[in-house]
Amino acid sequence: MPTGFQSQQTPGEDTVWIEQDPWIDRVPRSVAMVALFVLIVGLWWGATASGLVSPIILPTPAETWEDIVFVGANILSAGYVLEALWTTTRTVLYGYAIAAGIGFSLGVLVGETKFGERAVMPYLVAIDTMPKVAFAPLFIAWLGFGIASKVALAAFIATFPIVVSTAAGLYAASENERMLFKSIGATRMQTLVRLKLPTGLPYLFTGLKIAAVGVMAGAITGEFLGGGEGMGALIRVSASQLDTPRVFSLIIYLSFLGLAMYLFVVWLQRRLVFWNRGDVPGAIG
Amino acid sequence: MTAMAAEVEQDPAGETRPVYEISGLTKRYGDFLALSDVDLSLGKGEFASVIGSSGCGKSTLLKIMAGLMPPSAGRVVLDDRPVLGPRADIGMMFQQATLLPWKTAIENIVMPISIREGRSAAKKALPRAQELLELVGLEAAGNKYPDELSGGMAQRVAICRMMISEPAVLLLDEPFSALDELTRDFLNIELQRICEARDATAFLVTHSIPEAVILSDRIFVMQANPGRVGEVIDIDLPRPRSLDMVNTQKFGEIVSHIRGRLDKEGFL
Ligand SMILES: Nc1ncnc2c1ncn2[C@@H]1O[C@H](COP(=O)(O)OP(=O)(O)O)[C@@H](O)[C@H]1O
Ligand SMILES: [Mg+2]
Repeated sequence: MPTGFQSQQTPGEDTVWIEQDPWIDRVPRSVAMVALFVLIVGLWWGATASGLVSPIILPTPAETWEDIVFVGANILSAGYVLEALWTTTRTVLYGYAIAAGIGFSLGVLVGETKFGERAVMPYLVAIDTMPKVAFAPLFIAWLGFGIASKVALAAFIATFPIVVSTAAGLYAASENERMLFKSIGATRMQTLVRLKLPTGLPYLFTGLKIAAVGVMAGAITGEFLGGGEGMGALIRVSASQLDTPRVFSLIIYLSFLGLAMYLFVVWLQRRLVFWNRGDVPGAIG
Repeated sequence: MTAMAAEVEQDPAGETRPVYEISGLTKRYGDFLALSDVDLSLGKGEFASVIGSSGCGKSTLLKIMAGLMPPSAGRVVLDDRPVLGPRADIGMMFQQATLLPWKTAIENIVMPISIREGRSAAKKALPRAQELLELVGLEAAGNKYPDELSGGMAQRVAICRMMISEPAVLLLDEPFSALDELTRDFLNIELQRICEARDATAFLVTHSIPEAVILSDRIFVMQANPGRVGEVIDIDLPRPRSLDMVNTQKFGEIVSHIRGRLDKEGFL
């Protein structure tokens, strides 16, 4: 093997040493994404066409595509899938709003007061380590089979990441910054609002993104278990009828909802936290 | 030159009317005695430096003088009023510029006004902030965000933020020690000019003997364990000081004199 050092001395070979990414990193993003998509669908098609996987377990790409088109038409004609999607959207938005409100308040309590840190935080950690979906039957028993029990479960799951990230954000201001605020005579409230909260915003947004994922999981789990009219209920019914293509296409439309929420949070973060765009964790694009 | 400034020049030992009077200052952190019975006083318009090894209590002394931390015993009096907490007539600067990244340079400068007197007062202070920016040679940088400023520029903005409240005394805790040497020399001369222009009293914590000598009327040499003022040295170099003075024989003599008086512990 010629090393770089040898090749500098051998005529006819590369005589320059420049920065160069490996070829796979030089493929344009769009090409790479399409290529990966084609690869996965190809493998999928291979697995189903060869009879390796039963069509009940995994439908063919063609069947799935047909069903996606069918469900899409249903949504566009304001059919029952649109209704289900709208129910789930409302559940998710209510749950998210409640989680953001409670999570932020508890986060400030924990991050800003000794009482919160010493007395409240241990309980939050204890509850957070529990499998929270296990509370679903309780919420159904308390709030019934309507949207309220699903909202409660969704909010319950999404609250904790927001509490933790808010509190962590409030600790993020440096000792020097606190001293500066003290030296210019800032009150505790001024220090909170004008130093600690803005400094903690990037942390808060990390929590909001985790919560955006959790709130979807909570809403769908609630709909699985508590019936009703949402996408979770539709998926469960389709699965029980072994209509796997339908399950897949419902999941795909559901994922648009999740993606829309996530991208909204990312957009909001870019607008509000304009000063540290460099390290927006997990941002797309 | 005003009469007051002339008086300071003739009498660099700080025997003008004292503005800062510190007596019997002691600070314990738990069982650890960080400062023991420190007495010192600063005259109006005087530039004094504290020099001493790491951990000898310089920052502790400064924080107590600034009213950021109560002493365990002793008194701090500024302009005949005891210091019982942060005050508008005390300006502080730290090693880091600590500019708020979501505010522009000029917004950072008026931030103390905004905190103390509200947003409309801060707005009214904008022209004064612009004057200060001109004073430090950054007239074009007012609308820049801190991440567009170099370390030296950020520290100059921090100088403006300190000066906007027109403090009577400046407490400076190694303000330029994170900067490269060229920038630091430049800012030191800048600082001297600003202090003279505003007739401000300055108290500078530093690790650097030449820096202390070039800037100061008096140098307090601190000793560690427990932290105390070991020696007070008058610097009778003429003012205004310039960087060329570093090469004079007198400067060299003063520096080596101080070096000889310092603890054996290292200066980092
Ligand atoms: N908040 C604190 N709690 C306990 N010890 C401290 C605290 N702040 C400073 N010290 C100790 O007091 C001594 C003096 O600290 P400091 O004033 O920061 O020194 P300097 O600024 O001269 O380096 C050091 O030994 C330091 O460890
Ligand atoms: Mg220090």
